[in-house]
Amino acid sequence: MATVLNVQNLSKNFGGLRALNEVDMRIDSGEIVALIGPNGAGKTTFFNCITSIYTPTEGEVRFTPKSGTESRINGMKPNLVTGLGMSRTFQNIRLFKNMTVLENVMIARHCRTKGGILGALLRTPAIRKEEQEIVDRSYELLKYIGLHRYYNDLACNLPYGEQRRLEIARALATEPSLLLLDEPAAGMNPQETASLKQLVLRIRDELDMAILLIEHDMSMVMSLSERIYVMEYGCMIAHGTPDEISKDPRVIKAYLGEDHA
Amino acid sequence: MQELTKSLKVSLWFMFLTFPLMVVRVNTIEHTVEWRWMNMVYMAVGSFALSFVWRWALRRKEMAKAAPERPRNAFTERLGSDKRFTVSVYGGLFALFALMPWIVSTYQTNIFISFMLYVILGLGLNIIVGVAGLLFLGHAAFYGIGAYTYALLNHYYGIGFWTALPIGGVVAALAGVVLAFPVLRLRGDYLAIVTLGFGEIVRLVLENWSDLTGGPSGVSNISRPDLFGHHLSVAGANTYVYYIVLVMAIVTIIAVQRLKDSRIGRALQALREDEIACQAMGIDRVNVKLMAFGLGTAWAGFAGVIFAAKTTFINPASFTFFESAIILSIVVLGGMGSNLGVILGSAFLVLMPEYLRAFSEYRMILFAMAMVLMMIFRPQGLIAPKGRKYIINDPDLAATEGGKA
Ligand SMILES: Nc1ncnc2c1ncn2[C@@H]1O[C@H](COP(=O)(O)OP(=O)(O)OP(=O)(O)O)[C@@H](O)[C@H]1O
Ligand SMILES: [Mg+2]
Repeated sequence: MATVLNVQNLSKNFGGLRALNEVDMRIDSGEIVALIGPNGAGKTTFFNCITSIYTPTEGEVRFTPKSGTESRINGMKPNLVTGLGMSRTFQNIRLFKNMTVLENVMIARHCRTKGGILGALLRTPAIRKEEQEIVDRSYELLKYIGLHRYYNDLACNLPYGEQRRLEIARALATEPSLLLLDEPAAGMNPQETASLKQLVLRIRDELDMAILLIEHDMSMVMSLSERIYVMEYGCMIAHGTPDEISKDPRVIKAYLGEDHA
Repeated sequence: MQELTKSLKVSLWFMFLTFPLMVVRVNTIEHTVEWRWMNMVYMAVGSFALSFVWRWALRRKEMAKAAPERPRNAFTERLGSDKRFTVSVYGGLFALFALMPWIVSTYQTNIFISFMLYVILGLGLNIIVGVAGLLFLGHAAFYGIGAYTYALLNHYYGIGFWTALPIGGVVAALAGVVLAFPVLRLRGDYLAIVTLGFGEIVRLVLENWSDLTGGPSGVSNISRPDLFGHHLSVAGANTYVYYIVLVMAIVTIIAVQRLKDSRIGRALQALREDEIACQAMGIDRVNVKLMAFGLGTAWAGFAGVIFAAKTTFINPASFTFFESAIILSIVVLGGMGSNLGVILGSAFLVLMPEYLRAFSEYRMILFAMAMVLMMIFRPQGLIAPKGRKYIINDPDLAATEGGKA
């Protein structure tokens, strides 16, 4: 299987605080991989580093999109990383709150379209066609996620669980090869979590992408992921299949708690 | 009842505060003290009434907030959905404005020229402040850059209006982009301060570079626009300028609307909402910010060229911070992000003072009061920006919406 993401020796310092310490990770195409760890372990920081929101202090991030060659992406502009085919959601929801649900998804089509200023002013047939394609494609995605009923509502008026799903729709609209989900089930009730699980599986199978997922909901992590990475205090302390991880003594001590032993 | 006692307390407090100012008057010549008790009564009644009305309005606002959303303003709603209505309204307005110079005096034509100049300026600033959400306090500087571009090109090289018009726009846009580079990382107040500073720098340069710009005395004898090579009389040229501004204003309205509804416009809005999410969705933050400034200031450049051609004389005093503040007020008052709002805003701020000459001494007070009241009772501006309608090709949608209703 082809490697999509290859992270080596990644470190990130915030002043004196070492939030990431020589972290390695590998994701193959079509895999669902989970990243777990106690609060403050550095999971979100890891996401921010590989998507170039932060510049890593040390290390290498290599990314190979579905159709393309491997490139080194650390230090690249975040929008270019997205353009290459890596897309993410945010732990603390970052929707465009005062825009409609449809517009939120339409914005994510920005990097896959190219209408410029002149086109906008003259409104040429080509531009109009492109605009309508953006609308159609975005609406299609909303339908795929099951949010099309709300398409004309403001994003901030959506229920919390739906906002998380909208973030996923928005991320999908950039046509990623690797989808990064930062605690997608946080704040969801059991039904919502169950349907989210279905959605993640569907996305992987039907849209053919690798998924890296940060999650605190252990049942979700165990049932969804093929491999799990465990982080603590910025270090990768273990990695393996769900079975191996749930038996690993270090993980049990650090994360799952003594009662799982 | 509680309201009454509160208002009563306010009025007592005001009586006490204004006592030394309004009541006691020492006559230093006759060494007597006058007690003007009547003033105190006026003060008391006035402050009581004001405070009461104030509270009542605030309460009404709270109630409106609690109540379910009322149907939107019928007029603005129809303007857009009802095609015949829209066409007749815009057609009528256009006809009115097209005939204006033949109906009203030259003096009033001039007022309308300046009104439309402010519409152009306001719409340009609206891209930066309203759509992209970047607080920008130096718009007048770019107005000045446009005006001086034409004035100096005309003065030194004899370049005509029509050649200078695009040049003015381009120079102002480039200047906007140049300003944008150092402020890329700034937001909110910090951005406002830097842009304010930039505006002042431009003005000071214009004022002090006497060899080039003529310093504080400015540039005079700028050519009026030619009509296909014909020279026009002063009155004729004025009418001609009126039509130029009218066409330019219409072009601006259409262009800005199209920009707002385009891929670029969406990116600008996204930038206003959340910069990090914007980048994560593949939008080049730097590029889009530069575009916002360039697209906004270009209109100021156009307006500047027309202004110079209209007045035939410009000096730095026309492009002070006060001017920027007026343009910003137009945008804020009209409704950030709404083009119709900007037009109404400039009508309010430019035409009102002209037709209420009688109150000219209180102009700034009225102006400030309007702003304060606006911020309290209608912070979104006269017209809240209207969302765009999209064509959705989905047969199921009608069914689901029917089910929801
Ligand atoms: N921008 C920043 N500046 C300074 N320190 C930061 C910054 N971002 C994160 N940190 C620190 O880095 C550490 C890791 O934070 P991070 O958000 O990555 O944790 P996390 O694993 O995502 O936790 P959670 O499960 O609570 O989301 C924390 O100690 C945090 O305080
Ligand atoms: Mg986190």
